[in-house]
Amino acid sequence: MKHTINELEDIVSQVRRDIVRMVHGCQSGHPGGSLGCAEFLTALYFETMNHSTDFKMDGAGEDLFFLSNGHISPVFYSVLARSGYFEVSELATFRKLNSRVQGHPTTHEGLPGIRIASGSLGQGMSVAIGAALTKKLNKDHSLVFSLHGDGELQEGQNWEAIMFAPHNKVDNLISTIDYNGQQIDGPTEKILSLENLQTKFEAFGWHVITSNGNNMEDIVKALEYAKSLTGKGRPILNLMSTQMGYGVDFMVGSHKWHGTAPNDDQLASALSQNKETLGDY
Amino acid sequence: MKKYTYSEKKDTRSGFGAGLHEAGQKNPNVVALCADLKGSLKMDAFADEFPERFIQIGIAEANMIGIAAGMTIGGKIPFTGTFANFSTGRVYDQIRQSVAYSNKNVKICASHAGLTLGEDGATHQILEDIGLMKMLPGMVVINPCDYNQTKAATLAIAEYEGPVYLRFGRPSIPVFTDPDQKFEIGKAWMVNEGTDVTIVATGHMVWKAIEAGEQLAALGIDAEIINIHTIKPLDEEAILKSLQKTGCVVTCEEHNKFGGLGESVARLLSTELPSPQEFVAVNDSFGESGTPDQLMTKYGLDTINIVEAVQKVIKRKK
Repeated sequence: MKHTINELEDIVSQVRRDIVRMVHGCQSGHPGGSLGCAEFLTALYFETMNHSTDFKMDGAGEDLFFLSNGHISPVFYSVLARSGYFEVSELATFRKLNSRVQGHPTTHEGLPGIRIASGSLGQGMSVAIGAALTKKLNKDHSLVFSLHGDGELQEGQNWEAIMFAPHNKVDNLISTIDYNGQQIDGPTEKILSLENLQTKFEAFGWHVITSNGNNMEDIVKALEYAKSLTGKGRPILNLMSTQMGYGVDFMVGSHKWHGTAPNDDQLASALSQNKETLGDY
Repeated sequence: MKKYTYSEKKDTRSGFGAGLHEAGQKNPNVVALCADLKGSLKMDAFADEFPERFIQIGIAEANMIGIAAGMTIGGKIPFTGTFANFSTGRVYDQIRQSVAYSNKNVKICASHAGLTLGEDGATHQILEDIGLMKMLPGMVVINPCDYNQTKAATLAIAEYEGPVYLRFGRPSIPVFTDPDQKFEIGKAWMVNEGTDVTIVATGHMVWKAIEAGEQLAALGIDAEIINIHTIKPLDEEAILKSLQKTGCVVTCEEHNKFGGLGESVARLLSTELPSPQEFVAVNDSFGESGTPDQLMTKYGLDTINIVEAVQKVIKRKK
């Protein structure tokens, strides 16, 4: 491993601080899902992926990541900045006028580390498949990772992509579902049931693994295991259980923090629960 | 009136197929994607010669646009192919976010555009696609006039970096342009120089404009005819230069009068050179089943409609 679990958890603590500070700073954004995916994105960028912070759009020879549920941009931006793609201080411009750190990720403003715009849901898996197909055509043996919300699976385009990938043996793709059971209007099972995602993906021909996304040791192992399954004719689905708002006690498990910003007191409380490890911006 | 003749009729979609095949031979990064319409889009030659670069998506147009956007990451030049309706309206948001806003080098190639798809009727025709695509920032919109020009356009967009919408049709129409022409994106083609009226036409309507020009000449009206194969970016210089001379314009397109070429010309003239204009276009209507010729007549897109529009617009000149 490049880092110990403790070192990775220290980064996660700082990422959580970044998330709540970013959303507080502009009084806008999506802290819940961002906090829930802090371990996953930290593991991915600091441990799992082979990538360079000397950003090139074509990503030749590198592992690529696509965020499909673009509203959890705070965690993505924080991890990119903390990895060295751009200055951490730029996080302070999140959702503010003339910023590269747009509300939802975009290539339009030229922020290093972003390869596709996302925000309108359901498009990311298709894009990830396209990038993976290109890697195969280019005889580039690096991998493509993607992250999707569970509620996002209600968008039909996903199922077009989920059907396509196994049929076309896209086996250099590791997609992760952030399985937190929440969406804006409430629990996914109340809004539109997802039923058994594992059997659904397996029925389409994916190799499905499960993981606990809020346990660093577990998610690191799961991603390593997922990598060992690539190149065997099937795409890999990491069905990752998380809790929305994990790491901030008053946000955990509630869809109410999907898109709500903390006030000053709530920010102080959230920060007190996550020690500063790498310096705030 | 300059004389144009033709020895054969061919469909513009076959021009696309031939251009795609040649682009594939020239550049190994060209890939082609289709949504269960390989034959309709004339992609067979490409698919046969480059099976590894041909991706059959199935009936899943949204997925096709996303995969195409993803394939640009790593240097591929994807050409997506399906009917114009399913190439645009069905996947507008996918094109907007994953292609246009993300500035991906995807070529959205759309067959069976306009009324001339014919018998399938309004669900398979689209008369709004030019408007939808031209409203997207950064999207190039091309609607060539015959087989040769469609082939040349297909080769040209393979070399252009950025998102492009290429529109073509199903019926066989006169082939009257040069087979070895150079296609310049955004550069209008002067079909005939004249002094009394400017006829600005695009796509299948260019040949009808030529026929109208001949009939107008017999009536003593000297028409300048411009082929606008690139609707966006519009060759504003060519249009303004012509209008300075003629003082009035008729725009011709196989598209709804709302949102098409005519509106682009009107926007330009309203600020730069206010001029009388008449629109030969579908009058805010869906199409219906019928033969292409029957539909062009019923919806007012025949040569006679251009002649009448010219006679009307000339009377409005100061």
